[in-house]
Amino acid sequence: MGLAWGMTRISVSVDGIAYVDEVEPRMLLVHYLRDRLGKTGTVVGCDTSNCGSCTVHLDGRSVKSCAVLAVQADGHEVITIEGIAKDGELHPMQRAFHESHALQCGYCTPGMIMQSIDLLAANPDPTEADVREGLEGNLCRCTGYHNIVKAVLTAAADAKAAR
Amino acid sequence: MTDLPASGIHGHPHRRIDGRAKVLGTATYAFEQDVDAATYLYPLQATIARGRVRRIDTSAAEALDGVVAVLTHLNAPRLADTDDKEYAVCQSDEVAFRGQFIGAVVAETQEVARHAASLVSVEYDEQPHQVVLPDDDKGLDDPDEVNAGYPSDTAQGDVGAALADAERLVDETYSTPMEHNNPMEPHTSVAIWSAGSGDGDASLLLYDSTQGVHSVRRTLAPVLGLKPERIRVVSPYVGGGFGSKGLPHAHNVLVALAAQLTGGRPVKFALTRQQMFTLVGYRTPTIQRIRLAADGDGRLTGICHDVIEQTSRIKEFAEQTATATRMMYAAPNRRTSHRLARLDVPIPSWMRAPGEAPGMAGLEMAMDELAERCSLDPIELRVRNEPDIDPDSGKRWSGRHLVECFRTGAERFGWADRGEPGARRDGDWLVGLGVASSTYPAFTMRGSTAEIAYVDGRYVVRIGASDIGTGTWTTLSQIAAEALGVEVEGVRLELGDTDLPMATVEGGSSGMASWGSTVVAAVDAFRDRHGKDPEEGATARAETPEHADRKKYATHSFGAIFAEAAVHADTGEVRVRRMLGVFDVGRIVNPPTARSQLVGGMIFGLSMALFEHSVMDARTGHVVNHDFAEYHIPVNADIADLDAIWLDHEDTNANSLGAKGIGEIGTVGSPAAVANAVYNASGVRIRDLPITPDKLIAQSGSTKTGSPQSGHM
Repeated sequence: MGLAWGMTRISVSVDGIAYVDEVEPRMLLVHYLRDRLGKTGTVVGCDTSNCGSCTVHLDGRSVKSCAVLAVQADGHEVITIEGIAKDGELHPMQRAFHESHALQCGYCTPGMIMQSIDLLAANPDPTEADVREGLEGNLCRCTGYHNIVKAVLTAAADAKAAR
Repeated sequence: MTDLPASGIHGHPHRRIDGRAKVLGTATYAFEQDVDAATYLYPLQATIARGRVRRIDTSAAEALDGVVAVLTHLNAPRLADTDDKEYAVCQSDEVAFRGQFIGAVVAETQEVARHAASLVSVEYDEQPHQVVLPDDDKGLDDPDEVNAGYPSDTAQGDVGAALADAERLVDETYSTPMEHNNPMEPHTSVAIWSAGSGDGDASLLLYDSTQGVHSVRRTLAPVLGLKPERIRVVSPYVGGGFGSKGLPHAHNVLVALAAQLTGGRPVKFALTRQQMFTLVGYRTPTIQRIRLAADGDGRLTGICHDVIEQTSRIKEFAEQTATATRMMYAAPNRRTSHRLARLDVPIPSWMRAPGEAPGMAGLEMAMDELAERCSLDPIELRVRNEPDIDPDSGKRWSGRHLVECFRTGAERFGWADRGEPGARRDGDWLVGLGVASSTYPAFTMRGSTAEIAYVDGRYVVRIGASDIGTGTWTTLSQIAAEALGVEVEGVRLELGDTDLPMATVEGGSSGMASWGSTVVAAVDAFRDRHGKDPEEGATARAETPEHADRKKYATHSFGAIFAEAAVHADTGEVRVRRMLGVFDVGRIVNPPTARSQLVGGMIFGLSMALFEHSVMDARTGHVVNHDFAEYHIPVNADIADLDAIWLDHEDTNANSLGAKGIGEIGTVGSPAAVANAVYNASGVRIRDLPITPDKLIAQSGSTKTGSPQSGHM
């Protein structure tokens, strides 16, 4: 079957499911996730890649999905906030955010959690300063900054205890 | 907070009921609502600040594949009521500010909508505009009243004589900038219009991001010419508001108009961050001349606070900047005034602590200056001027424990270590301490109704209230559970839907006092009618109860904010190393959510002191730094040691719940506390917020503090 004019075919794995889709080259990954796949857990906060609300993992590393084109995800693996809990069990970082009251309105939360997972992957034993620096690209306005930092440090400590 | 019990009731920590959905990414904000066959709206915005649309050519946009409809003033459905010009969207060719809606494209995808919008060509007849607040009082208006129904001006005694006879005098001008609310969730509205049989039975379903579903319905119904019951507004989760979502704005009307052109298909419209700098309200810039007269002992004899601020030429919003000055300190002679410049600018509106935030920034910086001129400790100056009764109304305080806030905070914060301005150094940094009072009115709004129903062995609590992140889902459930005498798990709360009973807006820090006391009244009505062992399906309702005593008292929250600032001696960079807020806010329902509110409020105030400033281009009427790249709010790394605590004083004079509201008071005193700490650190007084390095560097040459080898400062 031929492609519609101006469309590009992509094969992408999102939260463990393989998709083959035709997209316009100008479509942002975040709009592909939200408008095409219905993965609205990943939200849009600023449109200028400053706020980090739309952070997802692309092949295991965090990216702001408003700064990635859907076609750039062709052949790659995307994990969103909706793909990290397993069988109803919260991911340890989700649990830490929930238990530490690290959210208010919750809009920045998916991005904060995805970035925090990436942060611990790169630095499993961060200091408080490391966490504050590591989350520099994620804005919260409510703001739960204190409890966010506490949540990340708690998740790190839990992971260390489990090692 | 790591030892939270699995459940708890009133006055105890309880995990957020909405927390699980929010960490899973399943919370349905407005755009996230699942609708069939969605279309997407991208707006057309005026590129002049004042004038008329002479010609608008939409043919190229309409010819684009995937475009569903193009809306302009030429084809927009007529509105039933255009008295409020903010809501008179696309009803004429007039342009009143840059960025105003002049139309919209609706398309199958967001990409097509945006592309098509770029293909619309517009010609204007441009008129001269004025968009910058003048710093003199020429051509200013005297509003009939200011926001929240306060009089524009007040006067007691003879301020002129007090100023003339003052032994100690402060006469300074303070200014605060235009600021934008910037909740993280953009203002979003998803509209589904059903035409009905065409005989006045059309209806509208709106998934909206709002602080009050009933406020949206009540406001939009006459504009759209629909009976209120023909509009349903749904908003279970809201990604922050800070006032800008307190009332509907033009985007709600635009999407409702567009939804009439799609044959019933839903229209999704999320403003971009950049569009939010024009269309959903902001805090007016203020210019405040403050005069404080005192005797040699630092007792105030006169207080005068004159404010210049702006509104839009098409709709008046007068920020109540000087109202806190009317009640804050004792002085026999006092005067306040507000004057408005009507400009060709977007319409200002509520932003977290409207009035109190900028007004107390000015007053509390002035008090710091007066303390120095009286050679008094800033806390002692405030203690000496503590009023026994409200100087404005003459009423007794429902509860005022400001001095206790200061004493408690001074002890905890180490206030005694504060030195002379510019005296303390830590390497390249100049370090100092500052303090300020905070206050906010304790409002209880009447007009809500709550319903209790017993369903499947649980109590369902129904009220059309909101949770914009404050914690209402949890705290209202806790209040209901306590009143019912059951565990929180025995209650299921429903909110955020106009199908639920009427509720007042989540604004003015009034939510808990207003809705909480309504829920308690509904529980009382339920128990009266159905007893402790109700039958399945039993229901009862109650309205917000009258609290007869309240009118006898002046009802306010209070707080003392302490800050430690470090100012880099060479660059003027400011770091806030520590902050402590001590609050007198009545009863606390859930300590962890309350603390988040208070700490978040303080960060909002810190941000006002150091970062936030919307820069208006006088030539174009355009806010040039209209995104998060250039409009700065704090990030994690900007926040250090920061805490909020509260005194144990319930205030049942204010309302039956004894809770006075916590959403805004953290913001109010924080800008001045930081500014005063910066002064104590550097010896440089910046009276124009935000305090940025360029201002500190520019002024440091004229100060006498700082050692010669300390570089610029």
